[in-house]
Amino acid sequence: MSNAKRITTPISSDTVKQLKAGDSVLITGQIFTGRDAAHKRLNELISAGKELPVKLEGQVIYYVGPAPARPGYVCGPAGPTTSYRMDPYTPQLIELGLKGMIGKGLRSQTVIDSMMKHGAVYFAAVGGAAALIARSVKKSEVIAYEDLGPEAIHQYYVEDFPAIVVIDADGRNLYTSESSKYRRP
Amino acid sequence: MRELPASQISDAVKYLFLKANFHAGEDIMKALKNARNREISPTGKTVLSMIIENNEIASQEEIALCQDTGLAVVFAEIGQEVHITGGDFREAVNEGVRAAYSEGFLRKSAVDDPLFDRKNTKTNTPAIIYTDIVPGDGIAFTVTPKGFGSENMSALAMLTAADGPEGVVQFVVDTVIKAGPNPCPPSVIGVGIGGTADLAMVMAKKATTRTIDEQNRDSRYAALEREILEKINNSGIGPAGLGGTVTALAVNIEHFPTHIAGMPVAVNICCHAARHAQGVL
Repeated sequence: MSNAKRITTPISSDTVKQLKAGDSVLITGQIFTGRDAAHKRLNELISAGKELPVKLEGQVIYYVGPAPARPGYVCGPAGPTTSYRMDPYTPQLIELGLKGMIGKGLRSQTVIDSMMKHGAVYFAAVGGAAALIARSVKKSEVIAYEDLGPEAIHQYYVEDFPAIVVIDADGRNLYTSESSKYRRP
Repeated sequence: MRELPASQISDAVKYLFLKANFHAGEDIMKALKNARNREISPTGKTVLSMIIENNEIASQEEIALCQDTGLAVVFAEIGQEVHITGGDFREAVNEGVRAAYSEGFLRKSAVDDPLFDRKNTKTNTPAIIYTDIVPGDGIAFTVTPKGFGSENMSALAMLTAADGPEGVVQFVVDTVIKAGPNPCPPSVIGVGIGGTADLAMVMAKKATTRTIDEQNRDSRYAALEREILEKINNSGIGPAGLGGTVTALAVNIEHFPTHIAGMPVAVNICCHAARHAQGVL
């Protein structure tokens, strides 16, 4: 991560264009957390034409359900969860201006198409590096769906959150390109 | 007959789940460091360094090494000379899980109904409990907090005798390649061969809890473990799926007699944390 690009949230369309698959980044600013149950609720509101509890324009969603924080900690261990479960709900959020997602693992072609059409980027954080990643979370507050416990939407303020661009807005996919580089017969 | 208070079972289960969630096994840490040495992808090396650092932080600070502290899976070998007093076995195990997940600041990930309500039970119970009655007057526990990033990549194939070892290799390797980055590689691959569909899956899960450099006692299965591991590591998936030469740390096969008409093969994948802990009462 030594040659990492520093980016701040919210992210603009210009920033999205400059981010390429393979770039290491350090993210600073506010991001939202959200995973399965929160995505389901957001989509139910969108379908009903109702207002969302968060404004998505230029925002980044981190797919995470953190562990509880020990006393004295801002945030419990908080590594990424597997992203494909959010795929059915994602294009609708991108259409509303979501610019970045942080997770781990594969995405559907429908999500990638939506990212290319509207300009959004998918970052991977290292799965299982939860205790390490939590150190970059400087503030944490539940802002919606508190009843969902670990699945509630939190607003984090992060400093130098380490991630890698795995799918960029041109549809380049690091998971595909890098594994073929190291494949042996 | 040895009398064993149920409270001791709760205490043991609590201790083991805290240990497994905070402290990566020495065998796993050694395997991760070896993996970092031999990984040729620079990104892969960076990922492995982050994982090693993460596990050291978690262990020192006694916090969960992964936020997905899993469903609580418990294997118990109960000696038939044991008489449990002051409570029932299942409730005692669940009490231990409740205490560990509450007092250890571990995430509660269990929902009460799988399809309709999906309401968090807020205690991480019920545990998934497998019991076996064995000779003796003790109880041996193996606990494994099982995260679902990797659990969701499980697969079962009802192969036939004609498929042979090649069929087994193909199915296991295909399953791991299809899972790609999702189960947090480098992973530990549990494989169950034989029995019935259900037993094959339980054997696959049990196989993920084996010490990492322990091989199957039957040299033919041990050779199969090595062959599958090599093929998986040739896939290029690499640490975190970001490309590299270390995609799995181990392939562990368990096997059991089966029916003349079949050969069930189950795959259960465990992430690089491969959390498990063992203890005897």
